[in-house]
Amino acid sequence: MPRSITELENIASQIRRDILRQVHSCSSGHPGGSLGCADYFTALYFHVMDHNTDFSMDGKGEDVFYLSNGHISPVFYSALARSGYFPVDELATFRKINSRLQGHPTTHEGLPGVRVATGSLGQGLSVAIGMALGKKLNNDDKTVYVLTGDGELQEGQIWEAALFAAHNKVDNLIVTVDSNGRQIDGDTEDVMSLGSLEDKWTSFGWEVLHMEGNNMEAVLNGLEAAKKKSGNGKPVIIIMNTEMGYPIDFMMGTHKWHGVAPNDEQLENALGQLEETLGDYKI
Amino acid sequence: MFDDYQVTGKKGTRDGFGAGMAELGRANDQVVALCADLIGSLKIQKFIEENPSRFFQAGIAEANMMSMAAGLATAGKIPFATTFANFATGRVYDQIRQSIAYSDKNVKICASHAGLTLGEDGATHQILEDIGLMKMLPHMTVINPCDYNQTKEATLAIAKHHGPVYLRFGRPGWPIFMPEGKFEIGKAITMKEGSDVTILATGHMVYYAMEATKDLESKGISVELINIHTIKPLDNEAILKSLAKTKCVVTCEEHQRNGGLGDSVAQLMSMNSPTPQEFIAVNDSFGESGKPDQLLEKYGLGISDIITAAERVVKRK
Repeated sequence: MPRSITELENIASQIRRDILRQVHSCSSGHPGGSLGCADYFTALYFHVMDHNTDFSMDGKGEDVFYLSNGHISPVFYSALARSGYFPVDELATFRKINSRLQGHPTTHEGLPGVRVATGSLGQGLSVAIGMALGKKLNNDDKTVYVLTGDGELQEGQIWEAALFAAHNKVDNLIVTVDSNGRQIDGDTEDVMSLGSLEDKWTSFGWEVLHMEGNNMEAVLNGLEAAKKKSGNGKPVIIIMNTEMGYPIDFMMGTHKWHGVAPNDEQLENALGQLEETLGDYKI
Repeated sequence: MFDDYQVTGKKGTRDGFGAGMAELGRANDQVVALCADLIGSLKIQKFIEENPSRFFQAGIAEANMMSMAAGLATAGKIPFATTFANFATGRVYDQIRQSIAYSDKNVKICASHAGLTLGEDGATHQILEDIGLMKMLPHMTVINPCDYNQTKEATLAIAKHHGPVYLRFGRPGWPIFMPEGKFEIGKAITMKEGSDVTILATGHMVYYAMEATKDLESKGISVELINIHTIKPLDNEAILKSLAKTKCVVTCEEHQRNGGLGDSVAQLMSMNSPTPQEFIAVNDSFGESGKPDQLLEKYGLGISDIITAAERVVKRK
């Protein structure tokens, strides 16, 4: 039974609480981009992807997801835990010693749901293409999803991957760019302008779509539209507009919360803006 | 003296790789290959011709190639990612470190044109740091075979070994002397027993070490020659056993002294039984254009250098 938009919004609210509590608990991590992508992760893991929480590394016969911008691990971990890959209470170990929830995602500690280490930017898209090629060789018709940051597109390897995927018609791949316009040192426009992403990806031979990333209905529709475009000889990319820090009032409109954790007072303020829908994990 | 190791011909170690790949293509349908615009140099035409759907031309984009190999491995394939050694290691170190080694992916990084002996292309292409770069990575197996036959056998063996591997070979035609059936990952091959000095050689230098051994024996110095095709994991047992007997060693490699086989051997000895050692390796220098034998001579890797080093180390006991 597919979940309603209201149900998905409730899950996203809980995931956002998890994000804030994770980074607060260890006084480190990246809440801004994580909050902005909570709706996308909720849509993927609770509605769009055909996936198995009884994790198998090869992902045969299921849709798989890669997080290329590994620093937004809090949202990834919460989506994995809340969808059943590992116990929700394990979120309390985020970035702490002896944890499977490393600062950036890794396969090294055996956390279910993670298929490659990411953190050093620009690599996840290439890995996802490799997985998509593998699926074709295995006659597996499922889809590979991958999320990249927009600042991450400054990495040269992204454009190597873009050329390869178009040239080789890797059309079982749906890339989403978290286009929040911000990176550590400031606005992408000021740090190093990306110009028109639509023009760039179109000229590289990709099918380019747009979606609003902080509206659940728009995210569901956008991912559905991308699914319809896949399988037609072109890789698909969705340029997803998000607001870093959404919807916490004092975290939006700035790049300041890219990689800073809230203090006790800020956490209380932020949690007051998000309904606890599924119960907070225990600390 | 080397009855089991008679020279039967001359071919590049890269040709051995190509022959191994052709055989693997027929024997194991999970093996896939990637190459960054160097198919002819890597000698993998046969594999591609027979298995077109299992080959991926990555273009001149090595970073993407290495990370794609990690994705293919995750899907259950056994990817062989191939290019020149310089572009297979230094250029893509972070991709190998994060997407392959740290992520424990079953990727085989296969690198031709390693060392000085690629010759005329010069120092931009003559990587002499690749063994060090790769052996420092946790999980990585590092193999540097010595001739056509050993490279072919190593290529077949790494497909059966689960985990990331760096397989290093070279460009020039080189004497073929290894009998088949001797290769086992991590197991050194004692080619000749002796009592005065141990020579540990890897890659192309094994042949030079054989030639040096003949000369040393004629001068009354008894040499134990060991073929170290696997630099990581090093066959500690075989090396320590030999050194307990000869009590001195010469290490020979087509690589920087820093970070190579000699380094690994020195570390092993310092933790067990400190022993006089001489290094035949490039000493903190880049290479240059020239013929392979001229370059080996100029950079202190000639047969005469091995002889001199052995004579010197015996006196240091």
